[in-house]
Amino acid sequence: MTTTTTTTTTTTDHRTIGDVAELVRSKNAGPFWVTLDVFCDDDASFALVAADGVVTESRIAAAYRVDADHVRIFRMPNIRVVKVSFPRRVSSGSALDHDVHAGQQHVPLQRIPLTPEVC
Amino acid sequence: MTNDPINPAITPAITPTSTPTSTPAITPAVTPTRVLVPTGMLGAGFTPESLRRGIEMGADVIAVDGGSTDSGPYYLGTATAKTTERAVSNDLRMMIVAAAAAGIPVIVGTCGTSGTDAGVDWVAGMTADILREEGLERTVARIYSEQSRAVVLERLAAGRVHPLEPAGPLDEHTVERCEHIVGLLGHHPIVRALEHGADIVLAGRSTDTAVLAALPLMRGCPPGPTWHAAKTAECGGQCTVNPRQGGVLFEVDHDGFTIEPLNPASSCTPTSVAAHMLYENADPFRMREPTGTLDTSDATYVALDDRRVRVEGSRFDEAEITSMKLEGSAIGGYQSMVLVGVRDPEVLASLDEWVAGLRSFVSDGAERVLGLDPATFSIEMRCYGANAVLGDLEPAHELPPREVGLLMIATAPDQATATAITKYANPYVLHFPLPSMRDLPSFAFAGSPAETPRGAVYEFVLQHVVELDDEYDLARIEYDRTSAMEGAR
Repeated sequence: MTTTTTTTTTTTDHRTIGDVAELVRSKNAGPFWVTLDVFCDDDASFALVAADGVVTESRIAAAYRVDADHVRIFRMPNIRVVKVSFPRRVSSGSALDHDVHAGQQHVPLQRIPLTPEVC
Repeated sequence: MTNDPINPAITPAITPTSTPTSTPAITPAVTPTRVLVPTGMLGAGFTPESLRRGIEMGADVIAVDGGSTDSGPYYLGTATAKTTERAVSNDLRMMIVAAAAAGIPVIVGTCGTSGTDAGVDWVAGMTADILREEGLERTVARIYSEQSRAVVLERLAAGRVHPLEPAGPLDEHTVERCEHIVGLLGHHPIVRALEHGADIVLAGRSTDTAVLAALPLMRGCPPGPTWHAAKTAECGGQCTVNPRQGGVLFEVDHDGFTIEPLNPASSCTPTSVAAHMLYENADPFRMREPTGTLDTSDATYVALDDRRVRVEGSRFDEAEITSMKLEGSAIGGYQSMVLVGVRDPEVLASLDEWVAGLRSFVSDGAERVLGLDPATFSIEMRCYGANAVLGDLEPAHELPPREVGLLMIATAPDQATATAITKYANPYVLHFPLPSMRDLPSFAFAGSPAETPRGAVYEFVLQHVVELDDEYDLARIEYDRTSAMEGAR
């Protein structure tokens, strides 16, 4: 179920994950973790989002200012979902938390480009 | 509705329940068991029609979750409920009356939002009132799982408390800071209460799934399909195509489970059911329970018709050591806040500069005028309308916003100090100018008084599991037989 789909493109794609996904959402997974789900409507969109180098530990770490070693990425072709989880920087509802349910944390992921990261 | 999604950092040796090479010689008899989940949270409401339909579909139990950590640490820290008594009582009454008429039990988990002893007593009090008012005679079990600091410290000293990612090892000071600590019950104490003859089981903090899994497991249903069904139904209609149209009913049998919405106009699809494993779960394939780990990586989801979904192939790997996850909430300071509206385009065009100037002016004043040690307080400025939600993660750099709500939050070791900071800041928040301004501007306070004391701010401080002696360890069960003649309390 975790097979990675690889897509090769020759032209530069300026679109972002949010442009092709049907839904990108975020939520707490317990008070110490946040989890983000990218839902795609069709296999072509899923292939773009799930392609190697698009959703990567280092891109997530940069977008969310978290340690790449704690980022977990899951690809689920059967329901065309890419899932990302990582520990919250501050726990849910504590003094410095801005989003108790972590329900608005999907926006940085939405803006990640479909162009694969160059290693 | 949140379940602990994280596997323990300590990984006890896992014994698979079955292997491809060993087929059990005798298949134990399984009674297919139907669990009615009227809503994702007690007090969220549901219609009498949906409940009636679930009973007509042959429900063997009505089970519902009463809480979550999802609304933050305040409710555990104060042992108070997020839900309101009238709504909880209304849901309870419908379930208790319908279940009594059908001769089936009712199970409520995580009573009172956080599942403290006070939360269990709160729901038990409402239950007693309802039974008396309805003239019903029932056996009520109360299962408590709040833990004293002393018990946790004792287990910690014995080396029986272990961290879950991303936490580090637990220390005594953290335990001592906790206002309340609860442990997550698995299904065993609930099963024991049912076997004891309880008609109504009111449990303290429980895994969302244990509440729904208890009766099927008691009746011999296989653990893989049972735990997977329970996870799927834990948020009621969240696993359907239209989550606002009420709860669900699932049936577990020897090979899997079937799930359908209570509302005939709604439906479950293979995608809506499979997608629920994503919800509030860090790992979509594996979910830890006190007695082991659900593994759905080989599960298959098939539409039986346009409303019902059949799921097979879920596994449950039993853990060698039964453990209980702990949740604890501690006070992280006291807060007071001020909300002011900014609409002036000149200020909005230089918002970052204005906020930085105001923050530094107020911080300096708190030191100089109020005599506070800067290490003991913090002043946070959140610009709602600009970047309050994402803060330093905000990826957009757009034109100045039309208006901004600046929320200034002072956090200090006591309420008087926090409020003193906001009172001192009041005239500066109202009139702070940009350096270029000749006149003192006045901004728009949201109301009078401008400052709002918030009381204590709490924080979750435990992300740890404690090893148990057995499946009933650290759970306490009390029974009451209510008499229709006497009144219950």
